[in-house]
Amino acid sequence: MAARLEIVSPEGLRVDGRRPAEVRRVLTRTGVLSQADGSAYIEQGNTKCLAAVYGPREPVKRAGVLHDRATINVEYNVSSFSSGERRAKLRRDRKLLEIGLMIKQTFETVVATTSFPRSEIDIYLQILQTDGGAVHTAINAATLALIDAGIPMTDYVCACSAGFVNDQAILDLNFLEESADVPTLTVALLPKSGKISMLGLESRLHIDKLEPVIALASDGCMQMKDTLDEAIRISTRNLAKTVLH
Amino acid sequence: MLKNKAFVRKTKRGTVIKVVKEHYLRDDIYCEVATCTKCPSSLNAVTTPSTTKLVPSPHHIVPDTNVLYHQIDVLEHAAFTDVIILQTVLQELKHRSNAVYARARTMISDPKRRFIVFCNEHHRDTYVERRADESPNDRNDRAIRTAVAWYNMHLDGKPQAVLITDDADNRRKAEVDKIPAYSTQQYVASMQGHPDLVDMIAAVEDSNIAAEERFAYPEHLSNSQIAAGIRSGAFFQGKLSISQNNYLEGSVFAQVDKEERTVMIIGRKDLNRGIHGDIVALQMLPESQWKRPVGVILEEEQIEGQKDEDEEEKAEESKMDVENGAANETVPTAKIVGIIKRNWRPFCGTIEKASVSSAASGLTSQQSVFFWAMDKKIPKIRIRTRQAENLVGRRIIVAIDGWVRNSLFPSGHFVRTLGEVGDRATETEVVLLEHDVPFAPFSSSVLSFLPAEGEDWIVQPEHLAGRIDFRHLDVCSIDPPGCTDIDDALHCRQLPNGNLEVGVHIADVSHFVKPENAMDMEARRRGTTVYLVNKRIDMLPSLLGTNLCSLRSNVDRLAFSCIWEMKPDATVVNVKYTKSVIRSKASLTYDEAQMRLDDSKLNDPVTQGIKALNQLAKKLRANRMEAGALTLASPEVRFKLEEDQQDPVDVELKELKDTNALVEEFMLLANIWVAKKVYEAFPESSMLRRHPKPPAANFESLQKAVGELGITLDVTTSRALADSLNNATTTDPYINKLIRILTTRCMMQAVYFCSGTVPESDFWHYGLATNIYTHFTSPIRRYSDLVVHRLLSVAIGYEKAYTSDLVSKEKLSELSDVLNYRHRMAQQASRSSVELFTNMFFKEKLLQEDAYVIRVLKNGFSVLIPRYGIEGYVYASLNDSKDSSEPSPFVYDGEKNRLIAGTVEIKLFAKCSVCVFVEEAGGAARRSKLVVRLCEPWVPGVSVRLDDIRVAREQDQLEEKSGKVVKKAKRV
Repeated sequence: MAARLEIVSPEGLRVDGRRPAEVRRVLTRTGVLSQADGSAYIEQGNTKCLAAVYGPREPVKRAGVLHDRATINVEYNVSSFSSGERRAKLRRDRKLLEIGLMIKQTFETVVATTSFPRSEIDIYLQILQTDGGAVHTAINAATLALIDAGIPMTDYVCACSAGFVNDQAILDLNFLEESADVPTLTVALLPKSGKISMLGLESRLHIDKLEPVIALASDGCMQMKDTLDEAIRISTRNLAKTVLH
Repeated sequence: MLKNKAFVRKTKRGTVIKVVKEHYLRDDIYCEVATCTKCPSSLNAVTTPSTTKLVPSPHHIVPDTNVLYHQIDVLEHAAFTDVIILQTVLQELKHRSNAVYARARTMISDPKRRFIVFCNEHHRDTYVERRADESPNDRNDRAIRTAVAWYNMHLDGKPQAVLITDDADNRRKAEVDKIPAYSTQQYVASMQGHPDLVDMIAAVEDSNIAAEERFAYPEHLSNSQIAAGIRSGAFFQGKLSISQNNYLEGSVFAQVDKEERTVMIIGRKDLNRGIHGDIVALQMLPESQWKRPVGVILEEEQIEGQKDEDEEEKAEESKMDVENGAANETVPTAKIVGIIKRNWRPFCGTIEKASVSSAASGLTSQQSVFFWAMDKKIPKIRIRTRQAENLVGRRIIVAIDGWVRNSLFPSGHFVRTLGEVGDRATETEVVLLEHDVPFAPFSSSVLSFLPAEGEDWIVQPEHLAGRIDFRHLDVCSIDPPGCTDIDDALHCRQLPNGNLEVGVHIADVSHFVKPENAMDMEARRRGTTVYLVNKRIDMLPSLLGTNLCSLRSNVDRLAFSCIWEMKPDATVVNVKYTKSVIRSKASLTYDEAQMRLDDSKLNDPVTQGIKALNQLAKKLRANRMEAGALTLASPEVRFKLEEDQQDPVDVELKELKDTNALVEEFMLLANIWVAKKVYEAFPESSMLRRHPKPPAANFESLQKAVGELGITLDVTTSRALADSLNNATTTDPYINKLIRILTTRCMMQAVYFCSGTVPESDFWHYGLATNIYTHFTSPIRRYSDLVVHRLLSVAIGYEKAYTSDLVSKEKLSELSDVLNYRHRMAQQASRSSVELFTNMFFKEKLLQEDAYVIRVLKNGFSVLIPRYGIEGYVYASLNDSKDSSEPSPFVYDGEKNRLIAGTVEIKLFAKCSVCVFVEEAGGAARRSKLVVRLCEPWVPGVSVRLDDIRVAREQDQLEEKSGKVVKKAKRV
């Protein structure tokens, strides 16, 4: 067999020094944009995502109005400068549209849309830098931004990815690992109920291995939940301070 | 436990892409030393560190990258235990050589050796960042020193960590930091109880070759110069292959001026230290300097002799000059300007006896001796050893370390001894090693994937899901006698509508060998079962190969079946592929089946089936011949071995019976139909086999030769060739077979390939004259068949869950390359094994046999002896002179390609009589070899009489007994 990258060394360390079940360092900030109703910024390793939420507000286009609930629009964008190689932006990249649609469907299940009939909620997700796991970072950022905007939700939506290589599952793949032909599964989960609201897998993974991978990804989601929760509590505490003084 | 201290490392890859990587530093990486009180103890902790004279206290050694790379043979010795390997070292090593890295990993995983890997790059205290003025190498050296220093601080010097490095500068820097550091030589020399280890130290930079400084090769160009040259088109690159007959003649098949062609490299200077298999950079020579291939067979005796190397060089040079002067037919010639990648492997061979000086007695004195590899393409290798006298007459393994400019020969080091020259087990091991055949017993991890029931495994009801039950059918298998791995079984029965149902049932190996498990990986590595005369190296553990998969009679076995409905004229009406369960009614040998065929009284269902199959096979065969399939011949022989499977007692030619053809015909049919099905399901990624049409140029010399016999060969299509072969008859019936044998040698090799990588028009199988072909029928002994089984079982919807690797075009085409290589090696190994046994058979024998000339060269000719299927080279030089400079009675006529001596003409297909005997492996000869001498026609000085040789040999033996020097065969 030809020279193959060792995704997990026999010593149990991954290329960047993590162990298989460790997530990357996560940095979170909320309320980064003053114009938006809610916003958040997440760094997961070198993957950076900015989320802005507008609404609930009056729909810009009349056509999309629903009479019993609010519509959610998601725009998912990857900056052309986000990856090492600069890529010309396509006008309507179907890949991005699909991811946006997937995220939209994920949030429709948790956002209390019925409280805002005939209105719309717009979520703008901008990936500023990619190093693997852009989709799940974007979902986490959207959760934070929605909470920051004060939109009622039944639960957090926490997402994380996991892959399978050398007979073991690894958590939160970076770009190097993703591009080394490791099947990558992205899971979005509602931590309170433990229900999985989104599951994305684009390469082939043997059915026998699916369960351990989902289990590990869910575990990663729960870790993300703690991180997001922490971020929300800090921002709420700060908010409380400004209100009280 | 995660240190959240991330920072980036910037590297440039390819053009100008900036790669940003995270690099986490941890505080949970432990030293793994048992006596350490600070770290939590781990399982594979190092316990008892070694001691030497140099370092009296217990200590661990830490080798640097160069030591691990160059001295891996030494470190693999069991004397080294409790070694600390740093991650930096491993990473650098992996960059340098994957093979050495794999060996290092094997050492590390051996629990007895107690090697530990310390991930210093991810340790909080040992990570170092590259300084602005530092080269990556210097940084790594510093990282290694830092890690050693950390160990010494961490363990407080109990035990100590000692750096082993051959870089003097590094040692000096270590001294400044108060780190104990030694060179490999210093350290190994101080080890007690292992004097043999010093021999194994690789001579990386040996400066003691002053004596030869008068000779120097041209300097190799640097990598950047080569890269620039290749880009500008001044140089080109290719894989060097050295001629089998002459190690001073090499060729490269490469892209030159946008055209693929073969370029010769002739002579030592132009070869410039290139060794067979190296990837080299070449420069075309101006056309005025083009040479012509020497066209002689250069044997070791002729080139080494007692001559001084320098003298030899001159002689060679003058020979070249003659060649240049007489150049009437030059070929494109190039010279090597640099080496892009070395492809050195350890070589098996023997020490040249003449180079051992007995004066230097005593164990401790080291001397330089020459080593001859078994592989004739490899020049002799200089090694330094203290045990030269012990090594003479033994097969040893030597690794090349380097080849400095001013040394005529490469230098290497002794690795290990295999055994006595001529010993059957040793020589068999040599055959396996030389052909890179993995022959170690299956590891326990491989065996763990065998069914837990072992021998008692039976077909259970749950296995029947998705399979058709064929246990009631009268299936039988036909194989050579003594065959235990029965891949295939057949059945045939009448259908109510008058058609026939024919079934080919193949062992369902894919049921037992699941993709990507250890057993599968091992089978893929082996690629094929290798058949030697006295031994079989299995691809799968024998429990599967000879029992659970083998379609033995009267037991239920899982099978993969291909069922056709055929009209009585053998046209296929319908085909079905299915997994099945069968119960073979009889395992017959070819002879038994033949007997049943011939016996008109027998009328049991199995015999009826065979008879019907035989009828169909004849029709299928006729159809195939009509399409232009070739019947070729090979001079293959089979050895009758003694009871204990060891000594050959007789040779018999392989013969073909009706039943052989019967089985072959249905296997071909199955392969072709499966190929169609698989290709239909996976047009981009099915594993197929093709046999390219040989270029007409391959036939030129043969056509010229048969032309003299009044035969013409039409090679435009395989059909035309088949016809002209059938028409090629002369008075001697053997000539036809001979022509077929020689035609076979003009053929290209059939290869596996992945369907997506080759245009469909090139799928053609020339030999079988079919549009599409694959291997399906022998999954027990070929990995390719196993892959095809997996693909087919997905194609028919039996297997639903499959990994992307199975249908990945890249993976498959990579795999085909590996399988082609293994296949070629396995074939060559079998041939070498036959050669070995031929020699053993002729030992103590002296025979006169008829032979046919099959090749004529300048200094001799090759003959084929039909009775034994062996080939030998007859030198046209005088009997007692090994020196080719003395005139031979033969004159070579290049125009007509024949050797003429007076009235005697040696030309292609000429019949002659030769005597055959074995010359024992002397000090210099690589192996005992078969000597063929001309008996008739009689040419004075060249031809010999059987009796004379016999007398001479007896005399020699007498002399040997009385302790005199052994003489070479006497002049008659």
